[in-house]
Amino acid sequence: MVEIKTADQLNKKYLREGMWPTIFCNGCGHGTVLEYTLWAIEELGWDMDKTVFTSGIGCSSRLPGYINADGLHTTHGRAIAFATGIKAANPDLNIIVFTGDGDCAGIGGNHFIHAARRNIDMTVIMINNFIYGMTGGQLAPTAPLNSIATTAPYGNIEPPFDICNLAKALGANYVARWTVNHPYQPIKSVKDALAKKGFSLVEFLAPCPTAYGRRNRLGDIKKHWEWYDNNTILIEDYERIINYGSEKEKEEVKNMFPIGVFQDLEKPGFFEQYEKLVDRLMIKKNKKPVKKETVISR
Amino acid sequence: MKFIYDPIKIRDVLGNKIQFLLGDMACVYGGLLAGVSFFGGYPITPASEVSEGMARLLPRVGGTYIQMEDEIGSIAAIIGASWGGAKSMTATSGPGFSLMMENYGYAIMTETPCVIVNVQRTGPSTGQPTLGAQGDMMQARYGTHGDLEAIALAPSTVQECLDFTIEGFNLSEKYRNPVCIMTDGEVGHLRERIVIPDEKDLNLINRVQATIPKNKFIPFTDSQTRKNCKVPDFPTFGTGYRTYVTGLTHNEKGFPATDKQKDHEKLVNRITTKITDDADNLVMVEKLKLDDADIAFVTYGASARPAETAMDIARSHGKKVGLLRLQIVWPFPEKIVSKLAKQVDKIIVPEMNLGQIYHPIKEAACGNCEVELAPKIGGEMHLPSELLKYLGVK
Repeated sequence: MVEIKTADQLNKKYLREGMWPTIFCNGCGHGTVLEYTLWAIEELGWDMDKTVFTSGIGCSSRLPGYINADGLHTTHGRAIAFATGIKAANPDLNIIVFTGDGDCAGIGGNHFIHAARRNIDMTVIMINNFIYGMTGGQLAPTAPLNSIATTAPYGNIEPPFDICNLAKALGANYVARWTVNHPYQPIKSVKDALAKKGFSLVEFLAPCPTAYGRRNRLGDIKKHWEWYDNNTILIEDYERIINYGSEKEKEEVKNMFPIGVFQDLEKPGFFEQYEKLVDRLMIKKNKKPVKKETVISR
Repeated sequence: MKFIYDPIKIRDVLGNKIQFLLGDMACVYGGLLAGVSFFGGYPITPASEVSEGMARLLPRVGGTYIQMEDEIGSIAAIIGASWGGAKSMTATSGPGFSLMMENYGYAIMTETPCVIVNVQRTGPSTGQPTLGAQGDMMQARYGTHGDLEAIALAPSTVQECLDFTIEGFNLSEKYRNPVCIMTDGEVGHLRERIVIPDEKDLNLINRVQATIPKNKFIPFTDSQTRKNCKVPDFPTFGTGYRTYVTGLTHNEKGFPATDKQKDHEKLVNRITTKITDDADNLVMVEKLKLDDADIAFVTYGASARPAETAMDIARSHGKKVGLLRLQIVWPFPEKIVSKLAKQVDKIIVPEMNLGQIYHPIKEAACGNCEVELAPKIGGEMHLPSELLKYLGVK
């Protein structure tokens, strides 16, 4: 086996021939997220014959098509529900869901909530560009206040969705948020998420220069990418300032996006629990016929 | 934990060979006998008993039951499970069936075998949840957008709920198309005697797995291992074929071809003609006293039961009445109905809706005989006496 050292080698090993060029615009962050994910898979040494990529609809959901592995490109918002079925049918498979902010936090919110609550064994990589990019720049549920979208031409008046806080509240085993502008931490984070049993979420803040940056006057591609450096803060620093900082410091970080690892737990995943349930039924069956079901205390 | 089909264990879990059973529960039995290993469902009257039965029995045979967050998630999960290698199934009723329509189309477009039990209730909207109807028959055929062929069976008895669920799985696996079991609140909540078929009489069909070398495999084309078969071999996820599956128009390799007219035409023609070409093998009807009939009931599901009684009463009054019962409703048995229309003077179509299967019957009759609809809505079945009026018997 050749040791992978460059992005070229990585692409040759993992990407599908015949699918190029990609649909992504100049300055898009999606390819970078794919690259980080593949590095994480490479470091884990995962078998790509046993790894399934699932997605819904949107730019981010086109990512599985470029990867040389089984891929299920499904309907808008439903990828997580499809992925639940794949994992149930064959728990030996590794399941990765690529989704966008509209796909996951908008139309697919309910599936996300319940997969996280059930602690279904899968990794969701949500790429958040604050906009519906593929359809031309409509308002997303993650869009910052006052941002401009084709369907919010006078500025967004809705508070944005914080998907990491939601996942944390639901008790997901692993929750992290990074930006595409920070290469090293996200690769480690995706690796941790993939290796984790149960439900894991990694949210990436990623630029959409075509549909979001242009309309919100974030400057050229370089400036747009730098926006993520200037508008994010490590979660540890953020919490310290919110708890103990001065009013001035608090004001400075108020509108920034905390990034980092939000939650890291070791609760058993859904399918581990399900297997225990089946074992219990089989043992009971073999012992003696039981007339009434014994109620197992929770 | 991977599911292993174990007929002895399944029969042990099901119990006695002859039982007095609920229609919904018979669908559970049929599913288990067919080898279902994943069920995703969401509670809805009058289909909840299917989910409850699965929740109780499926883990006992090593399968997986998950109560999903809604019907959209339920059908999504069963499609995913099918790609993971499972025989999978869900059950719902009208409002849930409506929610499933988008992913129903996805299953057709991606050629995913799975079974949807629809225990129909009255509509539109929430309607009469506890009462039966046949208002979703056209929805099974035309409810999702685009060009497609549907396969749907309509049981009239509890035994048929069991048998048709097995048959539904067989057809689904054979044609790689979702199959709808269109039962209703009347049959679903009916209790009748059933006989569990013997293992040797089951004749289960399983999808043909992809076996040819991986570099030669083409996932969305005519079968590469069977001659004159438009149903592609199935590359189960995790078997190394690395297949890309999409609901977008795709070429033979499975890659998006959204701006190519020819690719779309080729794909949709194949996924529809794989069923229509084989329509003669997809006929399941029951013919009662049709040989000398000059009036015929053509009906299906629960409506066939009062029609049969009405037929017998009319015969005792000297009327030559017969009955054609459609067991497979979609694809529609056009040739049979067309032939019948040339034989009889009149076809009467009792339906628990305001006229659905009436339309393809009229189309097939093509003016060769009179076709009259006998509708009944509001959650009650036809009384035989009501149907006798259509026959001119007091």
